[in-house]
Amino acid sequence: MGYGFAAILRRDLLLAFRNRGEIANPVIFFFIVVTLVPLGLTPEASRLAEIAPGILWVMALLASLLSVEGLFHSDYRDGTLEQLVISPQPLYLMVLAKILAHWLITGLPLTLLAPVLGMMLSLPAAGYLPLVLGLLMGTAVLSLLGAIGAGLTVALRKGGLLLSLIVMPLYMPVLIFGASAVQRSVDGFSVQGPLAVMGALLAFSLLVAPFATAGALRVSMHG
Amino acid sequence: MWQWFHRLGSPRWFYQTSGKWLPWLAGITFVLLLVGLVWGLGFAPRDAKQGNSFRIIYIHVPASFLALAGYYVMAIAGAVGLIWKMKLADMVMKSAAPLGAALTFVALVTGAIWGKPTWGTYWVWDARITSMLVLLFLYMGVMALQHSYTSVDAANKASAVLSLVGMVNIPIIYKSVDWWYTLHQPATIKFTEAPTMHPDMFHPLLVMIVGFYCFYALVLILNTRSEILHRERRSSWVKDVVLQNQR
Repeated sequence: MGYGFAAILRRDLLLAFRNRGEIANPVIFFFIVVTLVPLGLTPEASRLAEIAPGILWVMALLASLLSVEGLFHSDYRDGTLEQLVISPQPLYLMVLAKILAHWLITGLPLTLLAPVLGMMLSLPAAGYLPLVLGLLMGTAVLSLLGAIGAGLTVALRKGGLLLSLIVMPLYMPVLIFGASAVQRSVDGFSVQGPLAVMGALLAFSLLVAPFATAGALRVSMHG
Repeated sequence: MWQWFHRLGSPRWFYQTSGKWLPWLAGITFVLLLVGLVWGLGFAPRDAKQGNSFRIIYIHVPASFLALAGYYVMAIAGAVGLIWKMKLADMVMKSAAPLGAALTFVALVTGAIWGKPTWGTYWVWDARITSMLVLLFLYMGVMALQHSYTSVDAANKASAVLSLVGMVNIPIIYKSVDWWYTLHQPATIKFTEAPTMHPDMFHPLLVMIVGFYCFYALVLILNTRSEILHRERRSSWVKDVVLQNQR
């Protein structure tokens, strides 16, 4: 049963490593957006620190949104997706493998780079740990939820804008709890609450989102 | 035992039966809305603090009720369509989306108009307002998805999946926005409702809420009927109906 999961994960990671640009692009994207913020708003450290939690999380949202669009796209075009849907392996696990690979390629690098980006936006020291912990779980939730939207729009010719329209409302709780964890820590409060809720969101979407994505893919293939 | 349920799945049966209900439903809706509006706008006492501006509550509150209830109607119809492959449920789901979006929009606009004299501003990032805005986005997502598919069947299934995902998410979004609001320092303007509403004000509101529910059912049935005619346009009974009307 786990064979499909392992094979897909291996294949997607291999594809990403053979095509290095795919890994580098999100990282470059983060740095460019972080550069835009002081240029557009203010280079003053105190004011940047105030908005840093929100900016970093909005950036994570956008990056996830931009990258999740391609999650099933090439597989749909070359027919791989069809093979996955009709194969005897459980679609739930195969979808989960694709989502995990997507998170490893986009969510994890952002999480690891977050302290550097936070420093560039002069985030106070207390915010680093909740930022990294929140992103670690939050970007996974974003990948899981984004996959539902990607599955629903993969068969459409111009799915990109529609995908953001569908997925953005679903992303809002993640943004709220992620940014508030950082903000609370900076203000000197306990961060257990928002981080625990983030964990709950992750557990719940881990259960439900691949199921919904599998359903969406079946609709896209047969519809 | 399940015969009525299967019969419900036939668009033709629904079209003919709902045709008999329509005049009654339309009459009840009209009377309720008329009574509620005249009573609420003309005869209910003025509010001690807000004066006459509070009277917009007679539109605002029923519209907000139906905006939220409408999402559940849409999502449950979508689920029924997915599970039992019922054609009628798909049509109800498609008809419920623009109706719910319109009511959400009405709730937001009346809220903004009410906010100006009460809070001094049209828009505040209050928890309830924000979650209504998110609800509007959810409706629009379902509608956009529905329209972007060329195949009717795929459009139904895809928007059913999306509305179910949205239904699971509504409580989460609502709770998180609520939480977010308590975290942020609330603005100086605060929405303090009278703890208990005077019966003279409450009774017309109740009439309006029931009237809005009837209005919702009426418009939903009308939308569904035109959707039925559109989708079944190649079948002989629809041709008969159209020919009869032309005569």
